[in-house]
Amino acid sequence: MIQVIFKRLLMLVPVLIGITLIGFLLLQVMPGDAAERAMGTRASAEELADMRRLWGLDLPIWQQYLLFLRDCLTGSFGVSIFHKKAVIALVGERLPFTLAIVALSTLIALVIALPFASLAAMRRDRPADHVIRQAFVVLIAMPPFWLSYVLILWLSLTLGWFPTGGVGQGLAENLHRLFLPSLVVGLSTAALIQQTLRAALIDTMKADYVDTARAKGLRRHEIFLRHILPNSLISTISIIGVRVSWIIGGTVVVEKIFSVPGLGSLLIDAIVSRDLPVIRGLTVFFAIMVVIVNLITDILYALADPRVRLE
Amino acid sequence: MSLLSIRNLQTEFRGPAGIARAVDGVSFDVNPGEIFGIVGESGCGKSATCRSILRLFAGATARIVGGEVILDGSGDLAAMREADLARVRGRDVAFIFQDPLTALNPTMRIGKQVAEIIRRHRQVSRSAARAAALELLRDVHIPSPERRLDAYPHELSGGLRQRVVIAMALALAPRLIIADEPTTALDVTVQDQILRLLKERRDRNGTSIIFITHDLGVVSQVCDRMAVMYAGRVVETGTVRDVLDRPSHPYTRALLDALPGQGGRDRDLVPIEGSPPGLIAPPPGCRFAPRCPFAGPACTQGMAPPLHPRPGATADHLDACILTEVPHAPA
Ligand SMILES: Nc1ncnc2c1ncn2[C@@H]1O[C@H](COP(=O)(O)OP(=O)(O)OP(=O)(O)O)[C@@H](O)[C@H]1O
Ligand SMILES: [Mg+2]
Repeated sequence: MIQVIFKRLLMLVPVLIGITLIGFLLLQVMPGDAAERAMGTRASAEELADMRRLWGLDLPIWQQYLLFLRDCLTGSFGVSIFHKKAVIALVGERLPFTLAIVALSTLIALVIALPFASLAAMRRDRPADHVIRQAFVVLIAMPPFWLSYVLILWLSLTLGWFPTGGVGQGLAENLHRLFLPSLVVGLSTAALIQQTLRAALIDTMKADYVDTARAKGLRRHEIFLRHILPNSLISTISIIGVRVSWIIGGTVVVEKIFSVPGLGSLLIDAIVSRDLPVIRGLTVFFAIMVVIVNLITDILYALADPRVRLE
Repeated sequence: MSLLSIRNLQTEFRGPAGIARAVDGVSFDVNPGEIFGIVGESGCGKSATCRSILRLFAGATARIVGGEVILDGSGDLAAMREADLARVRGRDVAFIFQDPLTALNPTMRIGKQVAEIIRRHRQVSRSAARAAALELLRDVHIPSPERRLDAYPHELSGGLRQRVVIAMALALAPRLIIADEPTTALDVTVQDQILRLLKERRDRNGTSIIFITHDLGVVSQVCDRMAVMYAGRVVETGTVRDVLDRPSHPYTRALLDALPGQGGRDRDLVPIEGSPPGLIAPPPGCRFAPRCPFAGPACTQGMAPPLHPRPGATADHLDACILTEVPHAPA
């Protein structure tokens, strides 16, 4: 198992090289001058030239790329022009908040999706199923920024249950503060998981071994909890995994709205200030996270389904 | 007193094309300690009949719309509430499905799947149920059963998996086992072993078995009495000797005549000319009439003819042909 995981990580090397190349080239075509942004408009021509030399912006492109590659290999992922810090250090400060939103929103999504998917599958094509489907369609259709403001107005300003944004000290306070942004992300994720899980449940209900379970005399809830639900969850693991890696890049909007200093807001700020090393470093870092989530998904799948071996 | 008595059973399947009455007035009796065979072409309602007994309709929208399924001592299963029927399932009547490759939960260990049925019906500890499961695997002659307890279904061959399914069926010593083509998916040598296993159980415990098959050879080998089904109805029933040696319904004769090799009842059914009628709107009168070489005008009118004994024949040898004299098919 550990050997296989190691092998899988090695196989990622060419993928990551590709990602660094794409990340690097994309930024070359981005308009705007990094040195100008960093120095402000009143900087003189010499000052700008010094700046360019200092950050290697005057070197030929291929040399710039090699330097970037070196930074990735040494683990710093470059140095921020704006913050004057290694990108990895910035990531280290902000990653916990983003990871918390990812984890919390996935949890919220599962907690919401599970009962509604079960109910919809058991009452397939009956009123309850239709109502649930419509409700989740509405949920998917709501843009996150709008949903955010509705929740802020209702849960924060009217009821006063949650702060309107920001982060605080300690795990408990941060979980409380990050609940609303996680809820926004979790609700739309819940809709997707509900649909997928409902379909998987209906599919599993037709399986022969479910008839075997009924023939044993098992009661409805026993059949559902022991046979139908576990097998359906296994077949949705990969969809959930894809969705989680989507969330990693999808927290940008809520981080901005709820003033969460996570990776998403770091990225937005870097784009605004043309902080090239940060944009590049984050691109690669996001890619690595997605790849890791995929690997974890595969491992979970192999652990959950005895027929599947990790390879 | 018969163990199971099915009276005028009617079951409908709702499909996209309409409502098919897959079981349309089926009656037969199964006696204690008897192996009862059901044969007939594909789609004639063998599975539907047997699934109706325990109301196991997979994902299909099926409904019993008439008739009775009287199990001695338990009453009419067809009229029973689902929760009460669940107590009968597995304990009094067990079911063995056709395909052992899909009949077991792929993500649950074998031992747990066998123990599950014991724990459902008996108040026993987890470890006692596991010990009983081990004993059952041994009873169905699974080699090194200790090892198989913790195996997953995909780690076992088809034959072994069918043994596991049978072990589950035997777990609570039911009075009746319904086996829906339990050997069709297995290769010939394994088929023989499985048949012997079921027969052994009957001989030792007096368990009644309903045995569905395409194979008339198997019927004459293991069954005591039998029914021949055609288009949702029983057309002939009686002891295996009576039905196979002195068939009185033209359909049964056609089946036997279609067997390759005279006297060799060791092959699968070969389809006879024409095809059976649809079950959504079956023809009036005898359903076999359109394919029957002896059919007269009276055969295609009115209700489907009921089962009746023939003068001079054994009392429980019944058939549903209205002709008084059925000539042997022209060779
Ligand atoms: N899931 C279903 N949905 C709709 N109709 C069905 C379904 N299953 C069976 N039927 C109907 O019931 C009829 C009898 O089917 P059944 O499975 O009982 O046949 P069978 O005799 O067991 O055939 P086979 O030898 O192929 O197993 C079919 O012809 C079909 O019209
Ligand atoms: Mg069948």
